[in-house]
Amino acid sequence: MRLFSSGGALNTFLNWSLVPQQFVTGILNGGTIGLIALGIVLIYKSSEVFNFAHGHLVMFGAFLTWWFSGGAEAGGELFNLPLWAAVVAALVVSMGIGLLIERFALRPLTGQPLLAIMLMTLGMAQLIEGVTAILFGVQLKSNFPALFSPSDVLVIPFPGAFGNAIRLKYTLVATFIVALLAAALFIWFFNRTKTGLAMRATAESHEVARSVGINVSRVFGLSWGIAGCIATLGGVLLATLTGVSLNLSTVVLIAFPAILLGGLDSLGGALLGGFAVGLAQALVQASQRIEVRNATEIAPYILLLVVLLIRPEGLFGQKRIERV
Amino acid sequence: MAILRPAGDFDRSYEQDMALLRRPWHYWLVGFTLLAAFCLPLWGNAYLISTANQIAYTTIAVQGLNILTGYTGQISLGQAAFMLVGGYASALLMIHAGLSFFSALPVAGLVAGVVGLLFGLTSLRVKGFYLAIATLAAQFIIPWVSRHTFKEFLGGTHGAIEAPVPQIGGLIFNEVGRFFTLSLIVLLITTVLVFNISRTRLGRAFISVRDNDLAAELLGVNLFTYKLRAFFIAALLAGVAGALKAHSQRGVGTEFGYSLNDSIIFLGMLVIGGLGTNLGPFLGVAFVILLEDFADLLGGILATAFPELAPQLLTSFRPIFFGMAVMFFLIFEPRGLAHRWQLLKAAWRLRPFTR
Repeated sequence: MRLFSSGGALNTFLNWSLVPQQFVTGILNGGTIGLIALGIVLIYKSSEVFNFAHGHLVMFGAFLTWWFSGGAEAGGELFNLPLWAAVVAALVVSMGIGLLIERFALRPLTGQPLLAIMLMTLGMAQLIEGVTAILFGVQLKSNFPALFSPSDVLVIPFPGAFGNAIRLKYTLVATFIVALLAAALFIWFFNRTKTGLAMRATAESHEVARSVGINVSRVFGLSWGIAGCIATLGGVLLATLTGVSLNLSTVVLIAFPAILLGGLDSLGGALLGGFAVGLAQALVQASQRIEVRNATEIAPYILLLVVLLIRPEGLFGQKRIERV
Repeated sequence: MAILRPAGDFDRSYEQDMALLRRPWHYWLVGFTLLAAFCLPLWGNAYLISTANQIAYTTIAVQGLNILTGYTGQISLGQAAFMLVGGYASALLMIHAGLSFFSALPVAGLVAGVVGLLFGLTSLRVKGFYLAIATLAAQFIIPWVSRHTFKEFLGGTHGAIEAPVPQIGGLIFNEVGRFFTLSLIVLLITTVLVFNISRTRLGRAFISVRDNDLAAELLGVNLFTYKLRAFFIAALLAGVAGALKAHSQRGVGTEFGYSLNDSIIFLGMLVIGGLGTNLGPFLGVAFVILLEDFADLLGGILATAFPELAPQLLTSFRPIFFGMAVMFFLIFEPRGLAHRWQLLKAAWRLRPFTR
């Protein structure tokens, strides 16, 4: 690091003593973004629907978990489950919601143009937002059951970094590990189990999948159910970091660049895209200049525009995208 | 558009064939509608006039989106951001360049159009979802620029600057009734523009790009220029609408909306009204704005009944109603209200032989 800290243009741009810390934080944040991106890619791969409502499913899942764990202030809570049980209950409910969405909102639109399907998910997002607000209220819920107290910090010595160490919140590390495990589980499921293979076959071609005896509409339903689960899991992870609020759905907007970065049809790419987005946001934070630090929210989109112009199919996507 | 004309209704000249208003009663209908609309400030109450004003400028923005999404088939999630550009351009031109509103308005449209061209460039590389996300980038980057750069001009994190009151001679458009007249005149101009775009070479080229871009290219439609033209027109109309919105609200900036939510609502209005129809934007905008007002009314009533739930009741009926309306129309009436209107007209014409 001494190499860079002696003046130069780069030095005015980046505060190098902050970079190691921000690098690791960015990667860790990227895990959760990647998991959320994975859910969108899963739906896209099996049914070619780009789910703009995924962010709202994430938010709804977080609210559900919070509610099942007895977070409601009213006092007369219905449930007061421990965190793991609340997560399981929320997963079951959100799977059901995923199935319902597929059956009642998207199946009637089979064969409709792209715009109709996209608008359906956008309308669904609005509906979920309103319903969530009515059911759970609009205020930020900061009493989400926490795994660790926010002051639990993992200190890794790192010479040259700010304070000669990298400080990581246990919560952040835990969410990263859970996100990676979940992603690995889903990728394994997709590549190794019979149902997963059926889903991949459906993604390749609906007609061929049907001709070899795969129940295509069941696969669609299943992929929405699983996507609901992934969304809830992502929501729980986000909620442990920031608390539960309606804003969780907008946090997810940075998952879109992650997906297109990784390639729309690559599960692993979605995860790596998540890392890239987390990293981009964190590195912008390490800048010397306040103008650049302010750009945190749009950094993923600038990265996205650059990638779209250079390599429109994303880093790992198939080159199937129609050039125009 | 299905042309259902009774037997014996011929065109006898090219002028007659090209006329927008074909028969005497068309003139009467349009005349009376315009008369009623222009007289609205004389008899309407404040709520009615301001809603009509909102409908008028929103219709202009949705007409632009209709050119881009309805006719050319390019999905855009950035229309509200282009409105913001137009609003800022008009306000800044009036404050700092000393232009009058009537010269600032077209220039604001042009400025927004150029910004639209810039983001439209991505449409040459990608389409479908990729394009939607690229326009989403516009929707994030433009408001960000307005908040974080050129703070002395754009208002900085405060998120708003003042938009001056338009003035022509001694006539000051300082109340909503007068401003509505202004919006209505601009709407009239854009409507004639949009009608003529949709039925001339440009519009037919747009439709061919939407229906099959490869075939369109083989027919000699240059995708490069036509897609950019669609983006330019869409952003130009958004800019004009944004300028009208800015001056009728007396301010412009992210404080006044122009968010992703607005862009999504514009798309929803378009779908509810009818994609790729000239009547669609009018019907869709009016429907959604009245629906939102109804949602506010219902929320207000329920909030007084259940005061402890007031914060969520006041805000959540809008997204619920809007989301349900969009989903309902996509499933049961995917061609929108304009199509329903066509069916009604056909049924009326064929009476008593319809069911």
